[in-house]
Amino acid sequence: MAEEILARIKDRFSTRVLKVFEKSPRRIYIDFDSKYVPEVVNFIFRDLGGRLSTVTGIDTRKNIELLYHFSFDSSGTIISLRTLIDRNNPEIESVTPIIRGAEWIEREINELFGVNFIGHPCLKRLLLSKDWPEGKYPLRRE
Amino acid sequence: MTKTIIPVGPYHPLQEEPEFFKLLVEGEKVLEIEIEIGYNHRGIEKIAESKSYDQVIFLVERVCGICSTSHPIACVNALEDLADIKVPERALYIRSIIAELERLHSHLLWLGLAGHFIGYNTVWMWAWKYREPVLDIFEKITGNRQHYAMMKAGGVRRDIDNNDIPHIMKMVDNLLPALDLFMGAVMDDPVIAARTKGVGVLTREDVIEYGAVGPTARASGVAIDVRKDDPYAAYPLVEWKVITQEEGDVFAKIVVRILEMYESVKVIKQCLEKLKVVGGEIDAKIKEFPPGEGIGRGEAPRGEVFHYIRSDGSNRPVRYKIRAPSYMNVPTNQKSVLGGSVSDATITLAAVDPCYCCTERVAVVDRKTGKKGLTGQDLIKLSQEKTARIKRDLV
Amino acid sequence: MDLKTKALTKSIWVFHFASASCNNCDIEILDALTPKFDLERFGILLIGSIRHADAMLVTGAVSHKGAVRLKRLYEQAPKPCLVVAVGCCACSMSIFRDSYNMAGPVDRLIPVHAYIPGCPPKPEAIIMGVVKLIKALKKG
Repeated sequence: MAEEILARIKDRFSTRVLKVFEKSPRRIYIDFDSKYVPEVVNFIFRDLGGRLSTVTGIDTRKNIELLYHFSFDSSGTIISLRTLIDRNNPEIESVTPIIRGAEWIEREINELFGVNFIGHPCLKRLLLSKDWPEGKYPLRRE
Repeated sequence: MTKTIIPVGPYHPLQEEPEFFKLLVEGEKVLEIEIEIGYNHRGIEKIAESKSYDQVIFLVERVCGICSTSHPIACVNALEDLADIKVPERALYIRSIIAELERLHSHLLWLGLAGHFIGYNTVWMWAWKYREPVLDIFEKITGNRQHYAMMKAGGVRRDIDNNDIPHIMKMVDNLLPALDLFMGAVMDDPVIAARTKGVGVLTREDVIEYGAVGPTARASGVAIDVRKDDPYAAYPLVEWKVITQEEGDVFAKIVVRILEMYESVKVIKQCLEKLKVVGGEIDAKIKEFPPGEGIGRGEAPRGEVFHYIRSDGSNRPVRYKIRAPSYMNVPTNQKSVLGGSVSDATITLAAVDPCYCCTERVAVVDRKTGKKGLTGQDLIKLSQEKTARIKRDLV
Repeated sequence: MDLKTKALTKSIWVFHFASASCNNCDIEILDALTPKFDLERFGILLIGSIRHADAMLVTGAVSHKGAVRLKRLYEQAPKPCLVVAVGCCACSMSIFRDSYNMAGPVDRLIPVHAYIPGCPPKPEAIIMGVVKLIKALKKG
């Protein structure tokens, strides 16, 4: 099952797949350039029936890494889309218009890492209080 | 004139403060809902980066008191994914026993609150009364009623003494008559049916759009359950089934949780039987974690808990990501509460079983005047009054 | 009727406030109400409004958002109002003391009259803590 899904993604996006890492039969990581992320997300969600579990943000000091974790419940596989964005100007197109459930997920990454999600319907603070200083991102390594 | 039983502690909205749930109403009808969270944000992910993995397991237990063992389970699953660790069989059974006992205590707690919101305070008292023996079993096995500190990477921290098994088995068996009681009360009561059927409906499409999980999803016919889909602990080793309903209303959510409790009892008993014959280690005795990443999940009472770890080979995580199930479920209120009446609001909001202090702050704003009318306390009262009205009409 | 007299007449009204708690302490407080533990026999009643409270039970390490509320609540409480910090988080912030989002512990924000440590403290411990406080009151 996981092999089938991986094959369909590779097939559809062939040259755009930067790297595939199969950690184990149920944990697969696929790297994409950030500009292709919404398209891949759309394909995974609408065509392959993947469920967005969450998105992890990581400040690697070199860049900001985003991992979009999709769960394929019938096989228990998690396929994580990995993408890197520029630390000094972190922005990427929002996937909330595609998956409603991404709304809070992207708002959280926005306030904890400073990533701008272009096209997000409502990118305001979720967890931090109103008087938390602007420009200070708790999960960044400054 | 019956005395209103003790107002439930946390439901004290402060009039001038931002609310968790702000309902915009016109007359009786709810038109819009605004949700604000962040009161509980403790920066746990950041704290985890400065703790050793042993300490992280202790830390994540405290993400939520009710789902207290689900987070450590997801954590050790993630660590075992990272380091490719095989857990000894005996430990798997112990893990499932603790996890299912937690499901029991959590669902009973929820049942009690739901009863209170609808106005069945006897249900509340009974549910919490039967919760106590579950907590006693926890205390017997782990030493604490809440926050059991049972999990470690590669196994469990405490064994269950085989001599205690008959006693624990008996305590678990004693829950079955109570479950039958709740089942009967819910299924046969025309008032509960009137209060919860067709109320707060979440469609299958809504569930998928929002990525909802747990009983919230299963009550709308979406059969996802981490225990079956991405099995861990002893779930693939014993017989049990995933419970679903189709209607997606509050009634369906109640039924799913009650039926799940029966399955939990089934799992616990089978695991206890297995413990009688499966001996051996309870700990794979891990010394180090390699660099890399790991993803661990668990099926908490509320749904899928998701943990991600990035390691650099040291004894501290580079990054620790936690996503609790309520994070995906609470936004679904944007669909289920809309169009309903104000008196149904509390039970609908409660039906997704949010970490319960989220339901504490609710405000109702009249759309025309912009004035704040009712408080969360008032909403609970409205809900209870509606039940009383229905009761009278049915007589 | 002043607090001391109230304590003598056996009816203390208690308000419960949770801020950034994992809810375990809150559940144990509610558990103290169930027939098994029965808080009411000590004359303690949980009430819905701070404006009638004699005492306030606070749980949780208190986030920034919660701190504003907590101070507001304390201002609104008729004085004297006894504040009881329930649980390790309320007493000392515990494992959350290095967090970027915490404003607590409780005694950094409002005066605290009793500390009941535990993670969570058992209902018996909570009852004992409150009863000790009442006895101390009676002694004057």
